Amino acid sequence: MAGYQTSRDGPSPFIWLVNGLGRLLAAVFVPIVTFLVLWQGFIFLRDNKAPQIVMVTVAILWGVGGVALLYLVSNWLVEKLPDAMRRAIQPFIFVGPALAILAWYLAIPTLRTLVLSFQDETSRVFVGLDNYVFAFTDRIMLEAFRNNLLWMIFGTGFSVGLGLLIAVLADRSRFENVYKAIIFMPMAISFVGAGVIWKFMYTYKGEGIGINEIGLINAIVLALGGKSQPWLSLPPWNNFFLIVIMVWLQTGYAMVILSSAIKGIPAELLEAARVDGASEVKAFFRITIPYIQGTLLTVITTIIIFSLKLFDIVRVMTGGNNGTNVIANEFYLQRFTYGHTGRASAIAIVLLLAVVPVMIYNLRQFRERRTF
Amino acid sequence: MATQGSLKRQQRLGSLFVNGVLILICILWLVPALGVFITSFRQSEDIFGSGWWTVLPHKEDVETGEIMVAESIDVTGPFEIEGITTTFEELRTGVTLEDGRKLTWYGNRRTRRIIISEKEWVGFGANLTLDNYKNVLTGQEIRFKDASGQEIMRKGNDLSSAFLNSLAVAVPATIIPILIAAFCAYGFAWLSFPGRKFFFTVVVALLVVPLQIALVPILQDYTKLNLNGTFLAIWLAHTGFGLPLAIYLLFNYISGLPRETLEAAFIDGASNFTIFTKLILPLSVPALASFAIFQFLWVWNDYLVALVFLGDKNRVVTSALAAIVGEKGQDWHLLTAGAFVSMILPLTVFFALQRFFVRGLMAGSVKG
Repeated sequence: MAGYQTSRDGPSPFIWLVNGLGRLLAAVFVPIVTFLVLWQGFIFLRDNKAPQIVMVTVAILWGVGGVALLYLVSNWLVEKLPDAMRRAIQPFIFVGPALAILAWYLAIPTLRTLVLSFQDETSRVFVGLDNYVFAFTDRIMLEAFRNNLLWMIFGTGFSVGLGLLIAVLADRSRFENVYKAIIFMPMAISFVGAGVIWKFMYTYKGEGIGINEIGLINAIVLALGGKSQPWLSLPPWNNFFLIVIMVWLQTGYAMVILSSAIKGIPAELLEAARVDGASEVKAFFRITIPYIQGTLLTVITTIIIFSLKLFDIVRVMTGGNNGTNVIANEFYLQRFTYGHTGRASAIAIVLLLAVVPVMIYNLRQFRERRTF
Repeated sequence: MATQGSLKRQQRLGSLFVNGVLILICILWLVPALGVFITSFRQSEDIFGSGWWTVLPHKEDVETGEIMVAESIDVTGPFEIEGITTTFEELRTGVTLEDGRKLTWYGNRRTRRIIISEKEWVGFGANLTLDNYKNVLTGQEIRFKDASGQEIMRKGNDLSSAFLNSLAVAVPATIIPILIAAFCAYGFAWLSFPGRKFFFTVVVALLVVPLQIALVPILQDYTKLNLNGTFLAIWLAHTGFGLPLAIYLLFNYISGLPRETLEAAFIDGASNFTIFTKLILPLSVPALASFAIFQFLWVWNDYLVALVFLGDKNRVVTSALAAIVGEKGQDWHLLTAGAFVSMILPLTVFFALQRFFVRGLMAGSVKG
């Protein structure tokens, strides 16, 4: 009777043992095999001996497939565990990789950069606040701060102002989508590409018989009877010529976001204002602006943060020379040209401090939403 | 009736003003890109000699013939030619006849040569070529002519291989963060675990952290792990920098999915993994697509991360283009063609999937 009961309750000890061993072996081997396959892929990619097209295909398959495989295998392992354990561990299979990467790439580096910012260029000797003294008092840094301020005020001002103007005007046109697509188009272009486009606009050949200016700006200036200029080496105005590029790139962003906010204004509200005899301008300032002010604030914040971290345009156009340096470019120069890790870290911390108010605002918004 | 008529006229004037302003702004927006686009198809010697707008049809003085002034005519004072009386000085700057022909003295007093030109429409048969694209795509030696027609030899910048590298960087650097973020968002939205709220608060805080903060330490790690210049290094970096926004966007979407559907699946005994792959992923396609386009454009157009972690190994299009700017800053035939090679894919993706892209932009405000 007892024997029957055991066999009814579960498999015989022998089968149980074989099963258990098999499971254990599988649980050990599957991850090992997975790891080996991925490692082989890595070695193959690192050695880089096959033709490029093969390498690129393998790289894409290995990268995407590898991540999917890791999730699949780790989940398969967890599903084998007893219920209670599985329920405790499984959430971490889902959120663990993301949290690990965030920790490695953003959270911990912030602390490490903070430590590095108190050390010298060898990253061994602590030098107190020396790097911060440099960051806040050096002539080059002060120039970079001034320029970033110009970018933040004028770049953001013109992008948002123009974006708002276009959004309001396009709302009244039948060809709205065509206009918006054209203004929005630069959003798809890299800053390096935009740099080439505008460098060509500003290009300068100098004076002399038989020399034709091939840059449009100088050609127009000449046609109007002026003198051609090397626009990008005329401090402090060259900063504004660079800011034009940012306006060209970012107006589309402001326009699209603001346009959708404007479309959310109830038609009756504007109608009522017009019936009351309010002019278009008055309706704009009394109704449109108050109604979209939340969105407006978001757009302004986003573009200010963008102009604070601006790097590519300056790097490609002037390299930061002729009085056009910005903070992010000085960060790059300190770390990669002068090899001064400490100073570069201090500059990165300064950039972080500048966005802390936005971070606090985001966190407060999040706490108020009570989705958790 | 009169007031209605004037109201209509006012409306028409208003619409004319609106469209006029918008068209003007659109022209301002298009002209810089148009200049580069046109230039990329012009012969190198033409590019150095004249502006790109000369390709467009316009009126220009075109030489139609010449007159040799006879030795017997004294050119030190006023003299008669082609039915008018004029002087050498006037002819030097150019004299326009009544029939529209223009006479210009060529060279100094002793050449005795007058060139006849007429205003004609030019620019219809512009001299276009695909050579610039060929030259910028290849890594071999290239030859082209400068303004004076002299042949110049350079090493090509191999943009075709940079293009392939960009693909190898951008495709996994788009899909990997989406996959990881989708798993994570599901975990935050539907599973309970200790520290759930704390961890999500960290994600929100990391949304605006500038990536410069991470470059120095990560580079130290990569140097230790010998990962610099590998695709894996840059995929992981882009994944790390893109994750906060991806998790945030996908969490907002996935936590908003109808609870009943999921509970029904749970009661049927489906595992979390099955629910995620069979139910959540298909339902989240709009959100996944929005972020995918956003991230793809970001990675493809990125310069800083590629510069720091890839350097000259496995050069991507942005670095390759920036390198041409640095090495050959005045070779506009190469620069313009290169710029368009770098833009063609993002522009295509952008215009084909603009709707998804806009939705992604709306959902996420700030990115670090």
